[in-house]
Amino acid sequence: MRFLRRFLERLANFAGRRSADQRLREEMEEHLALQTEENLRAGMPPEEARRRAVLKFGAVEAVRESYHSEQSLPFVESLLQDLRYAIRQMVNSPGFAAIAILTVALGIGATTAIYSVVDATLLHPLPYPQPEQLVSIQDDLPGVAARDVGLSVPEWRDLQSSGIFQNVAIEGSGSVNLTGSSQPARIVFKPVTPNYFAILGVKPELGRVFDPRDQTPGFNLEVVITDGLWKREFGADPAILGKSLRLDNDAYTVVGVMPPGFRDEGRTSDERNTELWAGTGFAGDPAPPPLRKTRLTLEAIGRLQPGLTVEAAQSRLNALVASLQKQFPDDYPPQSQWTVRLVPLTENVVGDVRQPLVLLLGAVGLVLLIGCVNVANLQLARASARGREMAVRQALGAARMRLVRQLLTESLLLSVLGGIAGIAILFCVKGALLRMVPDSLPRLNEISISWSVLLFALGVSVLAGVIFGMAPALQAGLVDPGNMLRQEGRGSRGSRTQARTRSVLVVSEFALSLVLMIAAGLLLRSFWDLFQVRLGFDPENVMAVRMWLPVPNDPSTDIYGTAAKEAPFIREILRRARSLPGVNEIALGSLSSVPLNHTRNMGPLILEGHDLRGSDPPMVEASSVTPEYFHLMGMPLLRGRLFSDTDSETAPKVAVINEAMALTWWPNTDPLGKHFKVNPAAPAWITVAGVVPNARTESLENANVPQVYLCAYQRQDKELAIFLRGRLDPAQLPEQVRRQVQSVNPELPVFEAKMLPEVVSGALAQRRFTMETVLLFALTALLLAGLGIYGTISYVVSESTREIGVRIALGAQRKSILSMVLGKGLKLAVAGAIAGFAGALIVSHLMAGLLYGVSPSDPLTFVGLTLVLTAVALAASYIPARRAMRVDPITALRCE
Amino acid sequence: MNEKSDVRQGTLALMVLKTLDVLGPLHGYGIARRIEQISGDMLAVNQGTLYPVLLKLEHEGSVSSEWGASEKNRKARFYRLTPAGHRQLQSETREWEQTAAIIARFFDVKAEDLP
Repeated sequence: MRFLRRFLERLANFAGRRSADQRLREEMEEHLALQTEENLRAGMPPEEARRRAVLKFGAVEAVRESYHSEQSLPFVESLLQDLRYAIRQMVNSPGFAAIAILTVALGIGATTAIYSVVDATLLHPLPYPQPEQLVSIQDDLPGVAARDVGLSVPEWRDLQSSGIFQNVAIEGSGSVNLTGSSQPARIVFKPVTPNYFAILGVKPELGRVFDPRDQTPGFNLEVVITDGLWKREFGADPAILGKSLRLDNDAYTVVGVMPPGFRDEGRTSDERNTELWAGTGFAGDPAPPPLRKTRLTLEAIGRLQPGLTVEAAQSRLNALVASLQKQFPDDYPPQSQWTVRLVPLTENVVGDVRQPLVLLLGAVGLVLLIGCVNVANLQLARASARGREMAVRQALGAARMRLVRQLLTESLLLSVLGGIAGIAILFCVKGALLRMVPDSLPRLNEISISWSVLLFALGVSVLAGVIFGMAPALQAGLVDPGNMLRQEGRGSRGSRTQARTRSVLVVSEFALSLVLMIAAGLLLRSFWDLFQVRLGFDPENVMAVRMWLPVPNDPSTDIYGTAAKEAPFIREILRRARSLPGVNEIALGSLSSVPLNHTRNMGPLILEGHDLRGSDPPMVEASSVTPEYFHLMGMPLLRGRLFSDTDSETAPKVAVINEAMALTWWPNTDPLGKHFKVNPAAPAWITVAGVVPNARTESLENANVPQVYLCAYQRQDKELAIFLRGRLDPAQLPEQVRRQVQSVNPELPVFEAKMLPEVVSGALAQRRFTMETVLLFALTALLLAGLGIYGTISYVVSESTREIGVRIALGAQRKSILSMVLGKGLKLAVAGAIAGFAGALIVSHLMAGLLYGVSPSDPLTFVGLTLVLTAVALAASYIPARRAMRVDPITALRCE
Repeated sequence: MNEKSDVRQGTLALMVLKTLDVLGPLHGYGIARRIEQISGDMLAVNQGTLYPVLLKLEHEGSVSSEWGASEKNRKARFYRLTPAGHRQLQSETREWEQTAAIIARFFDVKAEDLP
């Protein structure tokens, strides 16, 4: 209590300390007057009386100082003093201050920019309350190498009533046709179980969400929409609640509007752009009957009971799975090894981008560190110039700690000013930076400069100040004043330790930038390799336009309900689109036939003659295409035949497979003529008619994905894409296709027209972003390192002008002076290269997951970039070396 | 600051409190005189060191001060013991007496007294 009171008094005094000074003076005066009177009474002469009184009082300054330190906050006071001094120093050398602040500003601006992305994606990926309770529920059949096969409705009910979760929801994702507004619009929608919003825990802006206890088996005909859709399609109509919408020809009622910032969780960017949610039990039409065996290929999320960790929940879940397997042995064949995994939802959302983002943060941190080292170097150069000042102050009795503190204050002032400037720059270029971030980066939160980001920037500034202030400050603390002052007299500046510190700084700067450059080099090579990869299909001049056929809730009203009903429609679309201007070739396929679209379209694969008892069927990716697809995509035939128009809805079912598929399932035999099914319930077998080479239509990284192509006339699909090749006009064509499609059926939406070359480069967007950013940082680092070595060598030259003068006067060749100075630069560069080489090896192995087609210790990259860096070092030393060569011995010696 | 002066600082504060307790409100000079009379050389020089101590005591709430008129009608700052100061004096006096007694016993002990 007493301490607190004293502190508060001090604080108050600190604010108004003039009056306190006044008080002490008055009291002293009073004291001296009384003592003088006393002395006079004792018979002293007046002057002597006063003198004795003063003597007896003691050293006035000492009293005042201790009075003051009692009175106020000495730490803050000396801090203010240091700060005033630091500002004066800064104003005195504006050039140095500007360079230092700018370097720090760039470093901190870049670091904060990357951090703001990391903050929005990695640190706070889920904008929902208690995000740690949210899990994604995934089930696998490791026995048949099938991952993420999806839950069935009875399994969902088991989980829901298991007591492990507050709620478990099943969520689909897809398109829906919204008709009734000006144009039929395709909306990204999610059929979800009615407890979906209860799991996310977000309240609607208007109306309500679905009732979690709703037991309707099929769609409950209620929808919740986003704020965006509400404003765009309904003009923010305040009376929207209760209004009816026509979705895929069924009428739904709007019951709620979500708040503006709300975004759906989801693995793909398509899912995250969901604009409409419909409640369903997944147990009635149009869903299949809810059998335990019927896995819905949908996703499931759950909210754990409060206080339950993911690990604890997982072990309880394992017990549940074991008991279900015992209870339903027919549904869970032991060889399939059915398992259910809980994955934190955070992981599900950000899994893929963690590594690149951590790499970027590391890279930008290195740039900042290199910037700090540069500023430290500048500070050191100045410190040696200020060595005399420090020595004099120390000789006059300044404590070492006090000097260290003062120099640190100066550094901190620079770094905090740099930080503020950095944030200011960041605010100015924020828009441009955000455009650089690819859409494929998952972010449910908007990337913004929030308080936590600002706090981070401040922390980094202070840290940077301490880092680059430490070396010079400690150096100053170590100065031996006597020695220093004597040396000053002789005219040689800078101590040996200082020179060594500077060398260490430059070497580490070099090492750090080599690490960055090698990381960037490896990324660049991976990117280049991917860019150059043989696609196996020809995307040039091809456009894909998507369309969606409605799925009404009553299957009997579906006019495209079977392959036989759909085939005439497909033929009509192809016939009409063929006549469009510029179009040479045309084909149609299911969504999964669009290259690099990232939709999961796995189906069970049942091979004729394979015994399936005791195991589940393996999964395979199947798409359906019209006969023209292979020629249009530039995929040649290897064996057998491609589809033809005779493979109609009435003809026997045939398939074309790729080489990977042939090698996986018919490794030592001829696959042609073999039979299989992709739907266990279908009566007819499908015959393999032809084999095509592998194409990288699933991912650019991997060509060996087994693929099955079925004939579009023989299989019904709702998500379709029209492919057009020719001299296309990308601006006009989508509208022309829309008109043709809508002249067949005016209620069909046509959307997402994309040129395939853009799709291919879009698939590289995230890699490109990472690569370009790291490259930018690496070049900055190279520049800074070059400046660092230039500064150091220049300093060495100017310091040893006298020595060089003497050497020249004694007959040294100018060339040998040049090589002496260059040698110094080279020595630093080589030391840096060795350290950097080792560091880069570690870093490159850590980032191996981001590399493609290039070894993490690729010798070409390592050696090539080391040479580049050494060349830069030599170039940077060459300028001061030439200056050294031209030293005029007479001037040099006379000057000193 | 070494240990000796720490003790002095503490004792000086205690002397101030005791002086105010015995003599009632006093100005700085009066306190200094009194301490000088009793303790001899302790405040013969450096009387000024008294003032930081007074300020500290005031911050701690043990004394309060106000301007008043001295014997010869001069303006002077008078210090007065507060109730808190009184309590502090009592507890510190007790502590001092205990410490002094223990130290005294230690000094009294001779080698032959030890078992």
